[in-house]
Amino acid sequence: MASFILNGQETTADVDSAMPILWVVREKLGMNGTKFGCGIAQCGACTVHLDGQPVRSCSTPIAEAEGREITTIEGVSGPEGELTAVQRAWVSEQVPQCGYCQSGQIMSATALLRDIPQPTDEQIHAAMAGNICRCGTYTRIRRAIKVASGQLEPRSEEA
Amino acid sequence: MNDMSPKKERSTLGKWSRRGFIGAGVLAGGGLLIGVGVRPGNPIDKLASTVAPGDGEQLVNSWVKIDINNLVTAIVPHCEMGQGAHSVLAQMLADELDAAWDKVNVMQAPADGSYVVGDTARMFLAPFTMNAADWIEPTWDGLFTQMAKLADAMITGGSSSIRTTGQHSMRVAGAAARKMLIGAAADEWGVPTGEITTRDSTLFHEASGKSAPYSEFATAAAEQPMDHTPVLKKPSEYRLMGKSKARTDIPDKITGRADFGIDAVPEGADLSYAAVVRPPVPGTSVESMDATRAKEMPGVLQILNMGNFVAVVADSYWQAQQAVNTIEIGWSESESPIKTMDDQFAAFAAALDEAGATGGKEAAAKGDAPGALAGAATTIEAEYKAPYLAHAPMEPLNCTAHYKDGTCDIWTSTQVPLMARSEVAKTVGLSADDIKIHHPYLGGAFGRRLGAEYVAMAARIAKATGYPIKMIWSREEDTQKALYRCADMNRLRAGLDDAGKLVAYDSVFTQRHDPAEACVPAMYNIPNTSVRVAEAELHLPFQAWRSVDHSQQGWFIESFIDEAAHAAGKDPLQYRLAMLQEAPRHRAVLEKVAEISNWREPTADGVAKGVAMVESFGTIVTEVIEVDMSSGKPKMTNIWAVCDAGYVMNPDGFRNQIEGGIVFGLTAAMYGELELEGGAIKQSNFHDYKMLRINEVPEIAVELINSGDVPVGGAGEPGLPPAAPALTNAIFAASGTRIRELPIAKRFA
Repeated sequence: MASFILNGQETTADVDSAMPILWVVREKLGMNGTKFGCGIAQCGACTVHLDGQPVRSCSTPIAEAEGREITTIEGVSGPEGELTAVQRAWVSEQVPQCGYCQSGQIMSATALLRDIPQPTDEQIHAAMAGNICRCGTYTRIRRAIKVASGQLEPRSEEA
Repeated sequence: MNDMSPKKERSTLGKWSRRGFIGAGVLAGGGLLIGVGVRPGNPIDKLASTVAPGDGEQLVNSWVKIDINNLVTAIVPHCEMGQGAHSVLAQMLADELDAAWDKVNVMQAPADGSYVVGDTARMFLAPFTMNAADWIEPTWDGLFTQMAKLADAMITGGSSSIRTTGQHSMRVAGAAARKMLIGAAADEWGVPTGEITTRDSTLFHEASGKSAPYSEFATAAAEQPMDHTPVLKKPSEYRLMGKSKARTDIPDKITGRADFGIDAVPEGADLSYAAVVRPPVPGTSVESMDATRAKEMPGVLQILNMGNFVAVVADSYWQAQQAVNTIEIGWSESESPIKTMDDQFAAFAAALDEAGATGGKEAAAKGDAPGALAGAATTIEAEYKAPYLAHAPMEPLNCTAHYKDGTCDIWTSTQVPLMARSEVAKTVGLSADDIKIHHPYLGGAFGRRLGAEYVAMAARIAKATGYPIKMIWSREEDTQKALYRCADMNRLRAGLDDAGKLVAYDSVFTQRHDPAEACVPAMYNIPNTSVRVAEAELHLPFQAWRSVDHSQQGWFIESFIDEAAHAAGKDPLQYRLAMLQEAPRHRAVLEKVAEISNWREPTADGVAKGVAMVESFGTIVTEVIEVDMSSGKPKMTNIWAVCDAGYVMNPDGFRNQIEGGIVFGLTAAMYGELELEGGAIKQSNFHDYKMLRINEVPEIAVELINSGDVPVGGAGEPGLPPAAPALTNAIFAASGTRIRELPIAKRFA
C-alpha cells in the first residue's frame, strides 16, 4: 500500500510499489491531466512535482513518493481554481496547440519560476529542454515564461 | 474553393455544389437550429455516388443552435488537433450572425453520417481543383485511394477547415440565422426588416427604441423563410473575423481538464488495459509465441495471439506493457527484398535509372525541357534523398473499446471518426449503426490519425476478451510499427542560358501522392519544365504526413533552385524574384521577407541566411533562416516568415500554426530519420528519433499579408515546406556545404 500526499490530500493506493507515479495517478486515482508520452523520461509530458521538484512520473516508481508530496497539474491552481501566473501567461501568449504536452510544460515552468523568479533564456532552456512540444510552441513557451516573470508585457487579444 | 473569396458578397456553396441545402428547425425546449450542407453535386459524376451513396443523404457541414438562454452553439464537424479550428470556425459563424463572442459555445459534432465534411472531402478528392496550373496532371492514383475513404468523409486535414467548412458553411449558417431572426422580429414589431440592426446577439429597431436578445425570437425564427444564399459580410464589416480572438480550448489545456482520447473513462465500465506488439517488419505475422513469463506476471488477465499482433490485457497499462515485453514472438519471413535504407535507395535508383532522361510517368510538362537542356549554356544536376519519417504525435496511438450486446463504443483520437467507424464495423462484424465513436481532443496527429488501423485493433481485443479495454501503444510501437512519410529520391537537372536564366527544369522521382502540384515549381516562370514519376516500391506503409508531398518536394525544388542561383552567380532571393514577374503576390511575399530579415545586409563570418518559398494549400509562405556555422555545426539564430493566405481569419492563431509548421519542418530537417535493420525500423523513441527542443529554436517572426481577392488559404501545413530548404540553403551560404540528403545532423555528426 503506497501512501503519499497528492495535491495536498493524504492518499493511499493499493498498487505494486514499482508502478510509476504516472499510472498510479492516471489509472488508479483517475487524474488524467498528467500525460504519457514516451515512458523513458525523454519527453517531459508526464512531469509532476515530487516535494516541489519536477520529476518524470513515467519513470519514477510510486515507492519513491512514499510519505512525500506529489503535485500534478490539477494541483497547481489556487484553492478556488485561480490560475497561477504561469497559467495566465499561457493564456495571454496563446501557447497551446494540441495541448497534450502542456501539463508537463507548465509543471516544469512552475518549478523554474519558483527557483529563479526572472530567468534568462539560458536558464529557461536549461529548465525546459526536457519537455518536447511536437506542435512546436517553443517560442511562445519562452515568451510566456518571461510574461509570467514580469519580464515582458502580455500580448493583447487584438494583436 | 474558388468561389468564396472574402470580397464576394453572395454565397454559393462552391462550384460543385449548387444543390447545396440549408434547413432549419425548432429545438426541443425552444430555440433555432440551422444546418448547412451540400448534397451530391460534384461535377465529377462518377465520384458523386461515392460521396453520398443514398440520394436522400444529407451532408451537413455545420450547425448553429440558438437557445432560449441566448447562447449560440456552433457545432463543428472538424476535430481539434491543435490547429485551432474549433475556435476559428465559431468565430466565422458568430461574425456573420452578429453574435456576442462571449455567448458563443463550440461543440464537436458527433461522429454521425449527417456531419460529412463535404467540401473537405472534395478537396481530398479533387486536388486538381486547388488552383493547380492546368498543365499539371491530377494524381489519379491518389484520387482513387482517397475515394475509398470518402463514404466516411468526416475528415480533418489538408489545412482545409477554415477555407472549406468555414467559408462555405459556418458563415452561411450564421448569415442565414441572422436573417431569419430579423424576419421574426420584423413580423412581431411590425417594422420593415431593413430597419432592424443586429449586434452582440441582440436585435435593434432604432426608430421605436425596441431591442430584444436573439433568444426571444429564436423559436419564431425557425418559421421564417430561409435564404439559401444569404449575403455575407464584406471584410470591412467583419467584427470577429480577422481578429486574434483567444482560442476557446486553451483554458482546459492549461489546467489538465482537456480530454484527449487517451483520457477516456467509459462510464460504468470496469476498464482493463491492453498493450500490443505488432510485427517489426511490415506485412509479417505471428508464427510462434512463448508467453510463459507473461502469464505469471501480476495483473495479467489475458494474452492474445491476434495473428498480426499480440496483446496482453491486464489491470493496468503498465502491467500489460511489462508483460507483453517478455513474450517471445516468432514472426513470419518478410517477402520484401528491402532490409536496409541502402536497399530502399537502391530500389529508387533502379527505377530512376530505368526512367532515364525522359522516361517515367509525366506529372507536368511545359515547353521542351529535353531540347532546352541540350541547348543550354550551362547545365547542373543533383540527386536528393529524403528519409522515411514517423509522425510521432505526443499522444501515443490509443483506443478504448467497449463491445457488448452487439454494440461497440469507441473512444479515440482520430481525424476520421466515420472511417474509424467503418473499419470497426468491418473488423468486428457489426453494422455501422451499432457503433458509436466518441472522439475528444487529439494530442497531435499531423496526418497519422487519418489512418484508423489502431481503432480496429482495439475493437478486436474488446470483442475477443469481452472486457471494456483501453489499448495504448508504447512510444516504441508508435515509432516502429506505424505508417510513415515516405522516403524518396529525386534527380534534378537544370539548364541555364548565357545570362544564368533558368530555361529548363527536369525532375524525376519515385513517390507521388498529394497534392498534385507539390512536385512542380509552377510559380516560377521557367519556359521548359518536365516533371516525371518513376514509381518504386516502398518498404514501409505510407500515410500522409503534415504537408504530404510538399514536405519532401518543397525541399527538393527549393534546394535545387538555390543551386541554380549559385550556378548563375546570382543572389538566391533576387534570382527567384526575377522568375516571378507575373506573380505579384509571390513577389510581394519575397520582398517583404527580404525587408524584415535584412536580407541584403552583410552578416558576420560563418553566419549566413537562406531563403525558400513554397505555395501549398492555398497559402504562399517564404522563410528566411539565419544559421551560424562558426562552430562547424549549424546553429539557427533567426527565423523570419512571410505568408499570404489571401485573408487570415485569426492572425495570432495563424501565426501559431506557421511557427509550429516551421518547427515541425526543421525537426525533420535536422534530425528526422528512420533507418532499417533487417527490414525493421531501428529508431524507437525520442532518444534516437530526436525532436528539436526549446534551446534549439530561435525567435520566429511571422508577418502576414492579406492580399484579399483570392480564395482563403490554409494554415496548418503551409509553414512546413519552406523550412528545410531555407535551412539547408543557409548552411550552403555559410559553409559551402550543400545538403542533398536529410537529416542534416547526420552530415555534421
